[in-house]
Amino acid sequence: MKRFLGFVKKEFLHIFRDYRTLFILFGIPAAQILIFGYAVSTDIRNAGVAVLDLSHDEVTTKLTDKIMSSGFFKRTETLLNYNDIDKVFKKGKTKAVIVFEEGFGKKLINEGKASLSIIADGSEPNTATLITNYTTAIVNDFTTDLAGPSRNNSLRISPEVKMFYNPGLKSHYMFVPGVVTLILILICALMTSVTITREKEFGTMEVLLVSPLRPIQIILGKVTPYFILSFINVLLILGLSWLVFGLPVKGSIILLLAECMLYILMSLSLGILISTVSDNMQQAIFISLIGLMLPTVLLSGFIFPIENMPKIYDYVSSILPPRYFIVIIKNIMIKGTGIMYIWKETLILIIMTLVFIGLSVRKFKIRLE
Amino acid sequence: MNKKVIYVKNLVKKFDSFVANDNLSFEVSEGEIFGFLGANGAGKTTTIRILSGLSKPTSGEVKVAGFDAYTQAEQIKKNIGYMCQKFSLYEDLTVKENIVLYGGIYGMKKSLIKERLSDLLEKLHFQEYENRMISDLPLGLRQKLAFSVAVLHEPKIVFLDEPTGGVDPITRRQFWETIYETASRGITIFVTTHYMDEAEYCDRISIMNEGKIVALDTPEMLKKQYNVSSVEEVFIKIARP
Repeated sequence: MKRFLGFVKKEFLHIFRDYRTLFILFGIPAAQILIFGYAVSTDIRNAGVAVLDLSHDEVTTKLTDKIMSSGFFKRTETLLNYNDIDKVFKKGKTKAVIVFEEGFGKKLINEGKASLSIIADGSEPNTATLITNYTTAIVNDFTTDLAGPSRNNSLRISPEVKMFYNPGLKSHYMFVPGVVTLILILICALMTSVTITREKEFGTMEVLLVSPLRPIQIILGKVTPYFILSFINVLLILGLSWLVFGLPVKGSIILLLAECMLYILMSLSLGILISTVSDNMQQAIFISLIGLMLPTVLLSGFIFPIENMPKIYDYVSSILPPRYFIVIIKNIMIKGTGIMYIWKETLILIIMTLVFIGLSVRKFKIRLE
Repeated sequence: MNKKVIYVKNLVKKFDSFVANDNLSFEVSEGEIFGFLGANGAGKTTTIRILSGLSKPTSGEVKVAGFDAYTQAEQIKKNIGYMCQKFSLYEDLTVKENIVLYGGIYGMKKSLIKERLSDLLEKLHFQEYENRMISDLPLGLRQKLAFSVAVLHEPKIVFLDEPTGGVDPITRRQFWETIYETASRGITIFVTTHYMDEAEYCDRISIMNEGKIVALDTPEMLKKQYNVSSVEEVFIKIARP
């Protein structure tokens, strides 16, 4: 045991002496959380909208005020004719133009019908869709108000939409679990595979193998520090997302931390497996980054829902551990579910961990022979 | 001088159908400097791995420091030291940290590590380097230190796998002085090398070719036997017939 602790201490020294390792361990997760949380927001706030009002009456002024005061939009310009629309889009600040037809107010009151166009900048499809949806909702709201009780006799169904678990549809509800999933597997697998292949490359692995340390002690000694540091990382990310975004953990925090530990363990064993198949550090880095980062971002359900993918991607994604962890962490953090609803995913992660460890041990033995 | 610390009889090591060590037999005595030569791929590394407990023989009898290679690999590992061509010290740790680490791995007591550390620093005139990173040291010093670390726990045998690769002649000379000094303390030196002048420094040498030991004797006897003036010529005659 004393031998083992001395070895673990040495591994900590390696980590703390190497600023790059420290940066990857703690700098990147913090940066990722902030970047994903703030910059890669899918919410709309202060989107630039221009108005082309060909009617200029009481109704259009009111409606314009209502739209602009919603908090989602910011008025950029007031246009005078259709030809300006193209120009104003090209300037870049304006994402949509709202056009009121001539005599809008009069038509609405006399004929009960008037038309309004929402012209959005289609070069940014996501923003465009969001803006048109938001605007339509506000306009509908306005017409309902305007109609008032006088048109009560006409039948009308007004659905009331409620977003369960995330009433404000905030995007960091989606990103924080995703970032935890991505960061942990990347850091654990990358760091472990690099630190083990480094010993191989520098020839120190030979010396360790010839020493009385058992291979299992060497491997455990190498991954123990990363296990501890990754766990601290989890606390850091959760703390940061709570402090900065006010994202709470609805379910049991102990269950969440236990699941995180399992996921860290799985990622570490994956890292060990990567180190047994790669001969040098470049190879290990390549496999970890390309082999893990892209599939995790694209196929794990982090950003794009798996249900919407072609079947083939669904199959590919089912061998990716992050897919299951995302379900687990979202359930615990956002829905507040207990182990009853996530035992299947948990079991899959446990099996994956065992398979990775089993494969690594076999590979390692063959190398020793 | 007559106590045998390595005893190998009819050692065979096969990888599937490939025979890496074909019926080797030799003995090495306590305090002897035993040179283990052979071209690349002759099977030297395989033998060293078996002798150091890293891999098991296919058949034959192998005893190292009195322990059986089949069943007592752990005991063997405690009683040997090892230094290879690539550096065995951690460059981002200090001299002292490296020594404390290896002492700890070999299960030495803290007080003993401390004692050996100060002896070592004094002997090598290293005091000023105690808290310097290995990466700051010149190559020659690193090599000496790596060797000192390999014998830190006073093993019965130390295996040196091409220890002087890429080092200038003067440093090599100094390195060999350290080896002599260590051997005189009763530690057996088992060394592989590509430098034939170094082979001349050994008490006895063996030359391997295609998995077999084709010559084994003192350098003088081998030179006489092949009627040449240097080990290098012996080697060329044997390895490239």
